[in-house]
Amino acid sequence: MTTHPTPTLISQYASGAAGVDDTTIWAVEAHLETCAACRAVLTDAVDPGTRDLLDRVADGIATGIATGPPPVPRRRLLRTGVAARVLPWLVTATGLMLAAVLFEWTFNSLPSLVLLIAPVAPLLPVAAVWSRRLDPAWELTATMPRTGLPLLMRRTLAVLSTVIPVLAVAGWVTGHSPGLWLLPALGFTAGALALGTVVGVDRAALALTVVWSTGVVVPSLADGRLPTVLSGGSLPGWALATVALTAVVLVRAWRRPHEPHQNLLHR
Amino acid sequence: MMRTVSVAETAPSTYAWAVHAEKLQVRAGRHLAVDQLDLRLGTGVHGLLGPNGAGKTTLMRALATVLKPAGGRLALLGGEVTGNADLRQVRRGLGYLPQHFGFYPRFTVREFVEYIAWLKEMPKAVIPGAVQRAVERVGLTERADSRMKTLSGGMLRRAGIAQAIVNDPAVLLLDEPTVGLDPEQRLDFRELLREIGLDSCVLVSTHLVEDVAVACSDVVLISEGRLVWQGTTGQLTEQGGAGDAGDSAAERGYSSVLRAYRERVSA
Repeated sequence: MTTHPTPTLISQYASGAAGVDDTTIWAVEAHLETCAACRAVLTDAVDPGTRDLLDRVADGIATGIATGPPPVPRRRLLRTGVAARVLPWLVTATGLMLAAVLFEWTFNSLPSLVLLIAPVAPLLPVAAVWSRRLDPAWELTATMPRTGLPLLMRRTLAVLSTVIPVLAVAGWVTGHSPGLWLLPALGFTAGALALGTVVGVDRAALALTVVWSTGVVVPSLADGRLPTVLSGGSLPGWALATVALTAVVLVRAWRRPHEPHQNLLHR
Repeated sequence: MMRTVSVAETAPSTYAWAVHAEKLQVRAGRHLAVDQLDLRLGTGVHGLLGPNGAGKTTLMRALATVLKPAGGRLALLGGEVTGNADLRQVRRGLGYLPQHFGFYPRFTVREFVEYIAWLKEMPKAVIPGAVQRAVERVGLTERADSRMKTLSGGMLRRAGIAQAIVNDPAVLLLDEPTVGLDPEQRLDFRELLREIGLDSCVLVSTHLVEDVAVACSDVVLISEGRLVWQGTTGQLTEQGGAGDAGDSAAERGYSSVLRAYRERVSA
């Protein structure tokens, strides 16, 4: 690209003169695309009629751009796609936490309902973002190159960014240590995704909720005190479980990122 | 600035058939809806005909990679779809309009097509232009910024076609695309099909023989999950005799081929 075509050659190119072979024309054209100086030479080489035509076209396009509708601004937030569909489930999760706070204020003697419900609160909306029943465009989503765990993780992050502030407020007004509501919630979410890669996210979320309710919530309400898993001493265990489960999900997402996600395929 | 043509775009294709199925088996629930189907489709517009319950939609879903084949071999654009293949590359070249086109009601047409383009992993820079072009091609320019819940049935169908063609797919699968289109839109749609069929493989599933007769170059006839007949539209019209049921030559050909197949099976 260092040798510039001669002005004669450029004028021959401009006038479409015979005697210049196709290969030379292509070479000149490729050079003109990248070289402003030679384009200036080309402008002088074309006949006045053509130059006039080009000016008129340029003017027409410029006025068209100036008077036409402005470009539509992109609304990036909607990229999360299912946001509107998941809203009712986010509201339900929020309502649940609110009810737990009120309950805790009213009945002082009972174990903290906020801590008991916090682990499973994100599971409801997480199941909703990857559900065949709730996603009207599931059949399209299932055929997309971008479908799979990475997309699910994106949606899960969006859910967590809404649910965690709610948990934070609930934990703050009831005066619990942040670790006690945050770590179990994160651990259960990671667990739902990890188990979801095997049985489907909605089933995994349901199973975890049932196990937690029957195994921990009901017994502790019957006993009248918090189980040891929700005491300060079990925090390292929760942290370890959360990290391990997140690692499982990440490794799976990295190894088979574009597997058609099971949950979208089975009823 | 001119668009740079990538190496991938100019590379010769390494496959003989855009769609190549051998002894393909696909389940719809427990029922084996596609059974031992052999199919080869190249460039052009192919009409998929068959009586109700013939397995048309199940076949379309398998080709769109929504359903995993239960047996046999299926290759799309030279990439194997059966087994644990990585579908990402194949899916980038697909366009699919499901029979039940699910959409997000609060999205505008442009947002929806843009979201699908993003899910199809199109480069960020080309998305706005590609979306505008797809919307224009289906004649929805005027309604591009209206919410999808305000659209009529025919307009929704066209929005569905727009999302399917936004990535200029090499394999375009349209399941009952003409439902809800008025006669004039049908004509435009056929024109669009012919245009797309010039350089890609289009498969249109329908039960309207007349649609196939006018818009398609080839016909694939299936019944009870098996390939009954494959040939050009002209050959189908030649099959019909004066005694066959139907109002047009193509319809008579259709009923004649189907009757011959049923006699062969019951014999």
